Amino acid sequence: MSAAVLEVRDLQTHFFTKAGIARAVDGVSFTIGKGELVGLVGESGSGKTVTGFSILGLADPPGRIVGGSITIGGAELVGRSEEKLRPIRGRKIAMIFQDPMMTLNPVLRIDAQMIETIKAHEDVSADAARERARAALGKVGIASPDERLAAYPHQFSGGMRQRVAIAIAMLFEPELIIADEPTTALDVTIQAQILHEMQKLCADSGTALLWITHDLAVIAGLADRILVMYAGRIVEEGPVDDVLDHPLHPYTKGLIGSVPSQNVRGRPLAQIPGMTPSLLHLGTGCAFAARCPRADALCRSEAPALTSHGPDRASRCHHPHLDVAAAS
Amino acid sequence: MTTPIVALDKIDKRFTKRLDVAEKLVNLMGGRRREQTVHAVDDVSLAIAEGEVVGLVGESGCGKSTLGRIVAGIHPPSGGALTYRGRAVGELKGEEARAFATKVQMIFQDPMSSLNPRFRVRDIIGEAPRVHGQVAAADLDDYVDRMLLRVGLDPSYKRRYPHQFSGGQRQRIGIARALAVKPDFLVCDEAVAALDVSIQAQVLNLFMELREDLGLTYLFISHDLGVVEHLADRVAVMYLGRIVEMADTESLFERPNHPYTQALLAEIPRIDARKRRFQPIKGEIPSPIDPPSGCHFHPRCPHAMDRCRVERPSLKPVESGHLSACHLNA
Repeated sequence: MSAAVLEVRDLQTHFFTKAGIARAVDGVSFTIGKGELVGLVGESGSGKTVTGFSILGLADPPGRIVGGSITIGGAELVGRSEEKLRPIRGRKIAMIFQDPMMTLNPVLRIDAQMIETIKAHEDVSADAARERARAALGKVGIASPDERLAAYPHQFSGGMRQRVAIAIAMLFEPELIIADEPTTALDVTIQAQILHEMQKLCADSGTALLWITHDLAVIAGLADRILVMYAGRIVEEGPVDDVLDHPLHPYTKGLIGSVPSQNVRGRPLAQIPGMTPSLLHLGTGCAFAARCPRADALCRSEAPALTSHGPDRASRCHHPHLDVAAAS
Repeated sequence: MTTPIVALDKIDKRFTKRLDVAEKLVNLMGGRRREQTVHAVDDVSLAIAEGEVVGLVGESGCGKSTLGRIVAGIHPPSGGALTYRGRAVGELKGEEARAFATKVQMIFQDPMSSLNPRFRVRDIIGEAPRVHGQVAAADLDDYVDRMLLRVGLDPSYKRRYPHQFSGGQRQRIGIARALAVKPDFLVCDEAVAALDVSIQAQVLNLFMELREDLGLTYLFISHDLGVVEHLADRVAVMYLGRIVEMADTESLFERPNHPYTQALLAEIPRIDARKRRFQPIKGEIPSPIDPPSGCHFHPRCPHAMDRCRVERPSLKPVESGHLSACHLNA
């Protein structure tokens, strides 16, 4: 693996609520290499989005990064002022959100938004900026970019808006793009178009991608490596094929098993019993113990540490499915 | 052949945006503002047999939800006939109309907006059977308990409000509410789309269990082809208000005939398709206000010919029980 673009070490983002402290991100560590496509998978409340937001310093009160380190190209981001984050955001790390309507200003034309972004980071003339904006829209497959530049966000369809958001994210060919469920709200055909553009853009510019999603199937088609999060922690990580074909953690195994295409048609789906625990009431044991078929007394009393199982492969479980992994 | 439980015959649904005062004034002064009509459902015929699970798939704006609402009796069709066990629903009066209203129930995507936030669970589930006189007031508590157990919820939760539940639990409450009036047909409109994968599996299993135990018939509307493939006996694919292909699930997924169905199936992300190259079809679903002429799919279709631009293809059998509306089959 080449030098890391992003390095996250023991990140802790906690939310200080009236009901108590929610450890939304509780000791998350991972690295992303140059041009690497990494999928961060988890269900609602697993902390995957907060992890993405924390990297860009976007965790809002009552949430706060209380510990750990995030470095991009060796430069520390945790504890930076807004002022000092600005040259990083958009330029070195860009973000694409689930709802592009949130990203785009509804009362400004697309050209105004894109030119503003370019001029905020680089001292260029308005004409040169417009030219770049035009080229960027062309790159994400938007036909007649001149017309589109003069349009307002509401005049675009959902898929088109997401393309504009991607075009803006790609303006400076950042080292890393964090994409938070960017295709969840889109139809299958439009999702395929967006995935196609992202694959192409990342390959062309060498941009690394952190793709946050609950959809294992999307990750399977896109990513090199998978991180699985549960209740604020990474519970499993490894190359896509290893994790999907030979999951170590019972949660990962359960998630894969509950995808309908992994089951015989018409038969009951394999399901994980129960539901995600409240982050306010996590005990001392493994957070998954209550739903886990392998849990025993040890799991209920002591939280497992992230244990390495070969190069690039780790899981946080007292009783991982090693038998299956070894058989490969 | 036995009478289907629900049959749609050439159903049409148009929504018209009437001119407002300002637009009428513009017209008085010589303007040419016209009413806009969305042809949401366009000449759809579909018969569903008792005990069958029919999946209805398509992209947003294809009219699948509107069709579901017509079946559930929420929207009256603009044209065509809806029959329930051989009786035309439009002609039912009084007692019979009320009986139909309970027999076909709908389950919605977002349980938070389909459950009254100011009702306790007991009232959400108990109101309809009480109003319809299906349960005596004295037995209502027991009845609600049974419904909650039926969908896998603890009856002691019945004094709570919807916001005190998780998404999956709320969807179960929505299902209990639908079951409370003893329906024999459920229309599920994206009923698991908002749920996490592990919870989605639980709710899908519940649907299958209920089918087994209560002999329910389903119209299962979803954009998620994986879910439909797993659950449905038969699948109908909609594009811009029309059914373009309909077949047994196996036949449809193994031998898709219509170019649109083929494109849809090719683009589903699958867990066993690694590091794949996504090769999307071009373009987006056009506006139903001004749909393309001829075959609605022709502007995006890789095989479009002159005939497709002018003539609407009709649904014709390509094999037994497998219908497709495409000129390529002619």
